[in-house]
Amino acid sequence: MMMKKSKQPIALALGLMLGVATTGALAEDYVHIAPPSEPVAEGLEGYTSGDARSGFTYASEETRTLQEDDFENPAFLWVEKAQELWDTVEGDAGKSCQSCHGDVESMKGVGAVYPKFDPEVGDLLNLEKRINLCRSEGMQATPWKWESDELLGMTALVKMQSRGMPVNVAIDGPAKEYFDKGLKFYNTRIGQMDMACKHCHIDQNGTYMRAELLSQGQANGFPTYRLKWQKLGSLHRRFRGCNNNIRAAKLKNGSPEYMALELYVTWRGNGLPIEAPSVRK
Amino acid sequence: MSKAPKPRVKAPKSASKGDVVTIKTTISHRMESGMRKGKDGKLIPRQIINKFEALFNGKQIMSANMFPSISANPYLDFDMLVEEAGEFEFKWYDDNGEVYSKKAKMKLKG
Amino acid sequence: MTQVTKKSKVSRRDMLKIAGVGAVTVGAVALTGNAQAKPEDVNAYFKKVGVDAAKASKVTVDGPEIAENGNTVPIEISVDAPMTEKEYVKTIYVAAEGNPTPEVVTFNLTPASGEARVKFRMRLATTQKVRAVAMMNDGSTFTGEKEIKVTIGGCGG
Repeated sequence: MMMKKSKQPIALALGLMLGVATTGALAEDYVHIAPPSEPVAEGLEGYTSGDARSGFTYASEETRTLQEDDFENPAFLWVEKAQELWDTVEGDAGKSCQSCHGDVESMKGVGAVYPKFDPEVGDLLNLEKRINLCRSEGMQATPWKWESDELLGMTALVKMQSRGMPVNVAIDGPAKEYFDKGLKFYNTRIGQMDMACKHCHIDQNGTYMRAELLSQGQANGFPTYRLKWQKLGSLHRRFRGCNNNIRAAKLKNGSPEYMALELYVTWRGNGLPIEAPSVRK
Repeated sequence: MSKAPKPRVKAPKSASKGDVVTIKTTISHRMESGMRKGKDGKLIPRQIINKFEALFNGKQIMSANMFPSISANPYLDFDMLVEEAGEFEFKWYDDNGEVYSKKAKMKLKG
Repeated sequence: MTQVTKKSKVSRRDMLKIAGVGAVTVGAVALTGNAQAKPEDVNAYFKKVGVDAAKASKVTVDGPEIAENGNTVPIEISVDAPMTEKEYVKTIYVAAEGNPTPEVVTFNLTPASGEARVKFRMRLATTQKVRAVAMMNDGSTFTGEKEIKVTIGGCGG
């Protein structure tokens, strides 16, 4: 399988270089979502936007039922704990989240526009990084570890304030460079199986890989309670899982590659309703 | 979760005498089955919630003995016949000897 | 100037590779172990707790036909029986035929339960029957079962 090297990556890299160097209109040269071949099941229309379909529309009825009730949704064990943390004073500045932001309802709309380029920091931030910056700078408290119950819960709590609002991330201006990097990653073959994200989530989207119905790989429901994980997990953890499945090196949570990929993947779902914290298989 | 298991309960705040009400409970817990191997190749010792108890005004409504086949963050949903106003008490018994509990009050409607 | 990703340009080789994704993934399956219970083990378990002669009626085991992931399978058990001081379902035993050990959960109910109905979530190591026996306060027993398929997914399994 590894003997014959595909020509595609070279062509891809060339295309990318040209795109970046000349017009910058790289996005136009790619298919981002495969048009679904069948209409979505009745009652699930609200979980679509144009050709984009939330993972919710691929889930079984039992899994959807778990998400639809905020008590039955196990992710709320983390959300409820985060609600307490919101009001908890920590760090040398003697502040809690509440001290600066008031009630958590003030976060409405925030989760819909992240990841976002922050001019003050001069870098792309996702919600996890934004929250930890608030902790280290604003509160002068220790940042939470990635994938810790605290950071997952707080990310879910902040993002769920935007539930039902359309995902609306910006990819222009300083975000463009990250977007292009994410798009490139998405379309580049990696790992022992020499596959790119797009092979499953665009080319084979909607078909079965053994018993697995391949979704579009949308981000609108993250952090998500995955039945497989038996806990809440981040989008970057999911990226690591995908990379592992195609026998590629898992990158670090919060790495520049995954940050750029998060922006691209989230943008693919612009218009889908925020569902966090969702339940997936 | 890494820290103390956190119980959650959804029980009605008020009900009429003779109603059968549904109570939903859950607790954050790994329910470590004792059958998984850790990274060192050794079995991770079993640690589960082995028993759950629901009481109303001190009287047992139901209890459940749980085994490793119960999922992480164990969820239980059951019913109670309403006779009087009072207080629920829910108890979860951990293999490590800890008991976690949560209370909730219920009024009688008019 | 560019490489356009087209849906039609999927080689057979790529498709075969996709089919292989996750094939040797060692999942975070909670219930692993060499031993697996057999239907006989469930029979032995029911005999041990004294409910082996149950009649197949009155007990409904409800769950998905196909579980998306064996780690969390929602199950609801209901017994078509009165819940009065005189006559009530005292115990519901739940056992699984294909897990490492047969016993899953035992519910002890009282007339204060109002209804003989319980809902929980369980682990299923493989496709198997989930069986339940209800014992009335007079010692009579009834049983019900449901076969649930557990799929081995490429990424989700």
